[in-house]
Amino acid sequence: MADLRELYQEVILDHNKSPRNFGKLESPTHQAEGYNPLCGDHYWVYLTVSDGIISDIAFEGSGCAISKAAASLMTSLLKGKPVSEAEKLFERYRAMVTGQGGGDPSEMGRLVVFSEVKNYPTRIKCAVLPWHTLHAALAGEQTASTE
Amino acid sequence: MPPSTVQQGLQFPATGFDVYRTRQEFPILNQFVRGKPLIYLDNAATTQKPNTVLCGLNQFYGCCNSNIHRGVHFLSELATRQYEDARLNAQAFLNARSHREIIFVRGATEGINLVAYSYGRAFLKEGDEIIISAMEHHANIVPWQVVCEQTGARLRVVPINDDGEFLMEEYEKLLSERTKIVSVVHISNALGTINPVKEIVRRAHEAGAVALVDGAQSVAHVPVDVQDLDCDFFVFSGHKLFGPTGIGILYGRESLLERMPPYQTGGDMILSVTFEKTVYNDLPYKFEAGTPNIGGAIALSPALDFVRSVDLRKVAPYEDALLKYATERLLEIPSLRIIGNAREKAAVISFVMDCAHPHDIGTILDSEGIAIRTGHHCAQPVMQRFGVPATARASFALYNTPEDVEALVKGLQKVVEVFG
Repeated sequence: MADLRELYQEVILDHNKSPRNFGKLESPTHQAEGYNPLCGDHYWVYLTVSDGIISDIAFEGSGCAISKAAASLMTSLLKGKPVSEAEKLFERYRAMVTGQGGGDPSEMGRLVVFSEVKNYPTRIKCAVLPWHTLHAALAGEQTASTE
Repeated sequence: MPPSTVQQGLQFPATGFDVYRTRQEFPILNQFVRGKPLIYLDNAATTQKPNTVLCGLNQFYGCCNSNIHRGVHFLSELATRQYEDARLNAQAFLNARSHREIIFVRGATEGINLVAYSYGRAFLKEGDEIIISAMEHHANIVPWQVVCEQTGARLRVVPINDDGEFLMEEYEKLLSERTKIVSVVHISNALGTINPVKEIVRRAHEAGAVALVDGAQSVAHVPVDVQDLDCDFFVFSGHKLFGPTGIGILYGRESLLERMPPYQTGGDMILSVTFEKTVYNDLPYKFEAGTPNIGGAIALSPALDFVRSVDLRKVAPYEDALLKYATERLLEIPSLRIIGNAREKAAVISFVMDCAHPHDIGTILDSEGIAIRTGHHCAQPVMQRFGVPATARASFALYNTPEDVEALVKGLQKVVEVFG
C-alpha cells in the first residue's frame, strides 16, 4: 500500500475539516439524496441550474473524509460551470478513481488529489457517492446509491 | 507476558490461560499484511481456523470426499459416518438431549430463517406477537418481519438502555398471552452485551411463548448448555467458532421440530415420493434437503474439539482481562467514545472518534496491518439507538494478546495524528 498521506492529502483533510458550500439551497431546481448504507455515508446535493449553467450548488450530510472532501471539492469546482461540463468531469473523475485511466492533471485540475483512491478498492464508493448524487439530481432522480 | 510491550502502570493479570501457545494453532496469524504483522481484531465477523480444522477440511476432500446417506460404497459410508459423528459432537457441545435436535444449516442466519418460516408460518396467526430486542442483528429482525407480513403477527421490540443493556422490566411489560415467540441475541455483535438469556427464556415460557437464542457471537466466548438455558431453539455459525464458513447448527426442541413442516424440500429429506404423496423423513433429516455442506460439517467437529480443549471457562477470565485492558487503553485516546458499556460484556469494543469517521479509522488501521470492522455491523437499529451512522469495532478472540491491544492503540494514535 502506498503511503497513507497519498490518500489523505492535505487538500482532502482540509476540505473534510472545513467543507465548502456546506448547507442547503433555498429553492434549488435540482436535488438528490445519496446514501451508502454499508458505511453510513449520507449526503444531499442541491443545485440551481439556469440556461444550462450551474449557478449555485451546495451539499449537506455526513460521512467519511474521502466522501466529504469529494463533495466539497465537487461543489467548489462546479459552481458557474455548464451542466455538460459537470457530466464530462464526472465521467473522467469516475474513470480516474476506479483505475480506468484518466487522471491527467491538466484535465482533472484539483480533483487529481483523489487519484490515489484507485489503490483503495473499499474507498472508491466514498469518492464517487457525491458525484453519483449530483448525476442523479441533474437527471431528475430523487436518490443515488453506489450499491 | 514480556512486560516491556505492555503499557507501564497497567497490570495485565495472570489468568492461567496461555494465549501465546494457543496462537500457535492458528497459522494465518503468523503473517505480514501491508508489510506489518497481522493484528486480527475482526473476530465478531469471523474467527480464524486452527490447524486441526484446516486438516479436517483437507482430509475430507483429500481422502473421504463422497456424498452421504445413500451410497453403498466405502467412501460414502465413511463420509456418512464422519458427518453423523460431527452431529453427535455438536449435540454433546450444546448438551442437547438427542442428535435428532441438531440440524445442520449454513449458519445462524439460515437457522433463524428456518424457525421463522417453518414454525412461524405454521403456528402464527393475526394478533400474535413476536418479541425481539433492540440490539438484534438484521438476521434476527428481518425473518420475523417477513413472517409478520405473511401471518398478520406483530413484532415487538424490547428497548435497551444507554449502556446497551436489555431492559428486563420493559420486556416483562411486553410479554402477554399474545406473545408466541421470543427471539433474542445471546451476545450483541455490535455492542458486546451479554444478555441474561436464561432469565429471558424463563419469562417467555411463563407467558406461553417459545424462545430462540441467537448464539452467533456467544459460542466462542461462553459455554452453552441448551438444557440449562431451556431454550427451544439455539443457532450458531461454525465460522465464528473457529470452524469453516457455510456450516452452522440449529438446535431445536424435538417436540417442536416434530410438529414443524419442512423448510426446504427435495432429496434426502423424504422417506417416499410418489406423484400423489410424499412422506417426510425423520428428524433431523426432515430439515436437511439436498446435499449438505458435508466437508464443512465434518471440519466443524475439530473446531468444537478445539473449543472443548481450551475450555471456555478458563478462557473467560483472560478475555475479560483483555477487554478491561483494551477499554482502559482506548479511553486514553482523545475524543474516543465507546458505544456499549454493559456490565456483562464480551470482548467486543465498538467505538467512534470525534476527529475521524469509522471508515477512515479502518483504512488507517489497515495500513498498519490491523483488521477491524467499520460500518453498521448489520445492526442499523443499534446505530440509530445511539445516534451514530456507523462505528469502528475491535472484536477479540482467545488468540488476541495485550500486544495486539497496544498495536491498536498505536494505530489509533496515528488516526489522531492524521485527523486530529
